[in-house]
Amino acid sequence: MTNLFALIAAAGTYATALMFGTLGETLTEKSGNMNLGVEGIMYMGGIFGLIAANRYEALVGEAASNGFLAILIAIIGAFAAGAVAGLLFSFITVTLRANQNVTGLAMTTFGTGVAKFAGEHMRNALGGYVSVSNHLKASFSLKIMPSFLQKIPFVGKILFGQPHFFYLGILVAVLMHLFFTKTKKGLYLRAVGESPVTADAAGINITKYRYLATIIGGGISAIGGMVYTMTTAGCVWIEASLGGVGWLSVALVIFCTWKPLNAIWGSMLFGSLMIMYLWIILPFFPTELYKILPYVVTIVVLIIASMRNNKEKQPPANLGLNYFREER
Amino acid sequence: MAETTKKTPFVRLAKRELMSPSKAWGIRALSILVALILGSLPIMLVGVNPVSAYGVIIQGSLGKSVYLQQTVKIAVPLLGCALAIAPCFKMRFWNIGAEGQLTAGAIGASAIAFYFGKTLPSAVSLPLMIIIAALFGGIWGLIPGFFKAKYNTNETLFTLMMNYIAIGIAAWLQGGPWEGRPGTQIVDTFDKKTFLPKVFGVHAGWIIVLIIVVFMHIYMTKTKHGYEVAVIGDSENTARYAGMNVGKIMMRTMFLSGAIAGIVGFIVVAGANHTLTKGVAAGVGFTAITVSWLSHLNSYVMIAISALLAVISKGSSTLNQRLGVPASVAEIVSGILLFCMLSCEFFINYKLIFRGKESKEVSK
Amino acid sequence: MQNCAIELKNIRKTFGPVVANDGINLQINRGEILCLLGENGSGKTTLMNMLSGIYQPDSGSIYANGEEVFIRSPHDAYKYGIGMIHQHYHLVDVFTAAQNIILGLDEKMDIAAVNDKVKDICDRYGFQVDPRKKVYDMSVSQKQTVEIVKVLYRGAEILILDEPTAVLTPQETDKLFAVLRNMRADGKAIVLITHKLAEVLSVSDKVAILRKGKYIATVNTKETSQQELTDMMVGHSVTLNIDRPKYDKPADKLIIEGLTVTDREGIKRLDNVSFTAKTGEILGVAGIAGSGQRELLESITGLYPITSGSIKFVNDKSENIELVGKTPMQIRQVGVGMGFVPEDRLGMGLVGSMGMTNNMMLRSWRKGKGVFFNKKEPENLANKVWKDLEVVTPSTEFPVRRMSGGNIQKVLVGREIASRPPVLLTAYAVRGLDINTSYAIYNLLTEQKMNGSAVMYVGEELDVLLELCDRILVLCAGQVSGIVDARKTTKEEIGLLMTTVGGSKEAN
Repeated sequence: MTNLFALIAAAGTYATALMFGTLGETLTEKSGNMNLGVEGIMYMGGIFGLIAANRYEALVGEAASNGFLAILIAIIGAFAAGAVAGLLFSFITVTLRANQNVTGLAMTTFGTGVAKFAGEHMRNALGGYVSVSNHLKASFSLKIMPSFLQKIPFVGKILFGQPHFFYLGILVAVLMHLFFTKTKKGLYLRAVGESPVTADAAGINITKYRYLATIIGGGISAIGGMVYTMTTAGCVWIEASLGGVGWLSVALVIFCTWKPLNAIWGSMLFGSLMIMYLWIILPFFPTELYKILPYVVTIVVLIIASMRNNKEKQPPANLGLNYFREER
Repeated sequence: MAETTKKTPFVRLAKRELMSPSKAWGIRALSILVALILGSLPIMLVGVNPVSAYGVIIQGSLGKSVYLQQTVKIAVPLLGCALAIAPCFKMRFWNIGAEGQLTAGAIGASAIAFYFGKTLPSAVSLPLMIIIAALFGGIWGLIPGFFKAKYNTNETLFTLMMNYIAIGIAAWLQGGPWEGRPGTQIVDTFDKKTFLPKVFGVHAGWIIVLIIVVFMHIYMTKTKHGYEVAVIGDSENTARYAGMNVGKIMMRTMFLSGAIAGIVGFIVVAGANHTLTKGVAAGVGFTAITVSWLSHLNSYVMIAISALLAVISKGSSTLNQRLGVPASVAEIVSGILLFCMLSCEFFINYKLIFRGKESKEVSK
Repeated sequence: MQNCAIELKNIRKTFGPVVANDGINLQINRGEILCLLGENGSGKTTLMNMLSGIYQPDSGSIYANGEEVFIRSPHDAYKYGIGMIHQHYHLVDVFTAAQNIILGLDEKMDIAAVNDKVKDICDRYGFQVDPRKKVYDMSVSQKQTVEIVKVLYRGAEILILDEPTAVLTPQETDKLFAVLRNMRADGKAIVLITHKLAEVLSVSDKVAILRKGKYIATVNTKETSQQELTDMMVGHSVTLNIDRPKYDKPADKLIIEGLTVTDREGIKRLDNVSFTAKTGEILGVAGIAGSGQRELLESITGLYPITSGSIKFVNDKSENIELVGKTPMQIRQVGVGMGFVPEDRLGMGLVGSMGMTNNMMLRSWRKGKGVFFNKKEPENLANKVWKDLEVVTPSTEFPVRRMSGGNIQKVLVGREIASRPPVLLTAYAVRGLDINTSYAIYNLLTEQKMNGSAVMYVGEELDVLLELCDRILVLCAGQVSGIVDARKTTKEEIGLLMTTVGGSKEAN
């Protein structure tokens, strides 16, 4: 039992990456765009966030570097990379009307390619690992909540023992929830994803909403990649370790029924599954098979999701379809 | 009328009349050129002249018969998987699980090679490996096909997750039950009797794949099965109206698709690797999606596109060795290529009408 | 000119080779109800879509309050006070009425204030709307009301309604017209798109007539007659005069008893439906849209899951074959020949991306040796249909999706009657077709009947049903409200049955 709580507490770091990935894709999908390129986008976020922090430190020198500023710059670097990818996706699917599925897959190829290329290039240029100093590493993984809260039995570590990115993710989730349910723009965005014909007839600019949601969504997803590199991967660029995080995020969007608040506990659950083999050891069960557990759970979730029929738990009605006014 | 021209939108869109296939392929060829030009940007970024870089790519992939053989070796599984995916895409079933189906086939072929490779003669073991590989790959494809048919479960994510599961099982076999010397995490090289013979310096896998090219072309254009798949891809309701059992056809097509990917897995194991690793698919299943879509599901065009990507891939590793350009440039160029070819369809299907030039069409 | 809200001058609009509107002049006045009258496909909706910003004209000008304007988007249209209620409602299913109403508005989102304002509008014109209700829980007429309130909420002065009564019961229609009259009294300009003459005469002040995309005339309703309007609408004076020969030895072909089906949501779509279709007769099916017509035809062809009841086919040896529980293929395999022209031509009857030949194959692809299909037979059939029915297409390989509506329908009907099926089911076989093609289709159906087929004709125009069919089955809310002799009944009688659940009359 203690192990279980420890597991969930430890999962927070990994879950944060998933949470950003999921939230970004939720925003994108609410507009009716299904960007399957999250994997590529998170790769780019991972490397460009790291490079941004690394360049900042190289510019001001290790001694003068400020943890808060470094985090901010890493966020901006990652967000910019994801936003550019979202822009590219929007241009090809919204403006040029290409198939969203294939464009998303191309984005995965392209994004991972760009990230690996940038990583290798930086490694060659710097003659070694791309990283940041230990003092910045510590600021990226800083646990900001007061320690007396962390000492609350069982749930203290889970709720208050997480790095700051975790709470930032929750903040983004709450803000996104309020945006969707309480604001006019959020209502319009949902209308665009549900029924672009209706939104268009109401004078809502479909193109603008789809572009903006996809660009910002791409940026948020990319922050997830950066969080992964700067926390779980210890501020070092390891190409292979990010593999699959983006795809899991796409699956989580379905699991969370397109609701940002669900992304909080959904990503905690999947984060726990991902590292469960390290915490709850089953001596008779091989580790490699244990590691596929999250993927099996995802499939089970997909099947269950497809079997239920609830009007409020469906994907945006126009998800994955392009819109052309004169072709209705 | 002068006033109208002032206030109407600067550019409007209109659906184009059917464009002739030769003109359409001309535009597609042009978009490949544009992609290669855009692809030179990252090459320039690392301070290399793109013209000489593309020279190295071509020289390093086609310049010597050894290079050519290696390029063919890369193209074979790519082409095979693209062919496997084609009927699914025709059916609008987004199978992105060729990676896993290939791995499942490789596991099946390896099982025969591992347990019976030393005892059975080639004439028995090789055909048996093909059959088991096809069966394993087919079942791996059938599972998501079944749930799509039964509950309309999202196949994109399902097939994707199946990839990770297949790769996980391969990793377990590699480091567990089939591990050679303890601690190496490597399966011992299989017996020579399980090797595919070489023809013209490359393993005979290329002959198998070319047979599949012809098979798939006939299957898609001449057979009842191919017709059913095409009808479902256009409208499931029409298929039901015509008395087709949509679910059954969907499962059958996914089995076939998986089986072909499984055979590719066999080719990689018996022809190239002679062992099983978790990385046996090496991303081929994903790249093949690109190939399949860009070829408009035409088997013969797939040969050209997979050859093009194989040249870029093989050439890029030479480029890395000689000029120090990161080998991942191949993925970037492939991505750009796909973006450009996806985008160019817009100019094939639509025309832009500029203000004041009502009758004049502007196509490029 | 003060009274004139909108004026259209010499409007032209083309879609590829098709001229949808040409030389249109129209004046829309305040405090007036203008009916835009024309057959299906005469360009009424296209014209109004140019006013609401969905399309832009190729040439010609639009004037609002005497000034030339360019309406590039629906948003622009609202700026000029134009609001359109489309035939397919523009509502978001998962939103409430209030959320739908404020979509696209510049004002702050304050649901309480919206609710109040909605209530004001309702009281003023006599609507009833619950602003908190989700659209997916609403009836068709409630959805229409939300659409109208939405337009009024934005302060529209010019309301365009596209065939608003097509889906309404007579009571709901009366209610709607009362509301429209209130709006007219309030000084609004109202345009009603319709092809129903009775409505035109009862509600409008003026009528503008379009024919085949061209403007014909505008007349004062008081000074015209049904006959004159029909003449202008169809171009030449016709009482339909559909040829209706009598077949001498009708026999039972399809015996349906107690047929009940439910949809996925568990709502009964057909409720205890019983009737018999006979050889050598055309059995018409009348009813308000969505009364179970589609479900009925799809149940007979094995495409719709059946809850209870029986469907028996009488073969040449007078054996009864039960069709319930069989798939479409099994029905075919037991020797039941059935032709079916579904309502959704490209979504169900044809493969849009394929040419005529491959579409002919939809009925015969199982023939042919082994695994290969036989292309010769469908190719011959395609050429025959091409020639016999005068289909306009460059080749038999040209994708049918790119053909015009009439030609698409010819391909579909041509294929379905090719095998001379003993049972021929058609749904809205002439919807969207011009007069000539419609008559061609009527003749083909009558020919089938005289060959001894049992033909079922689901239609929407009562005049056609009355002149084409031998008997008419009337559906209301999934139940049979009556079966009448088409030669003896009247439009009024059918109209009444269409709105009376269960009916009271059996004229079988």
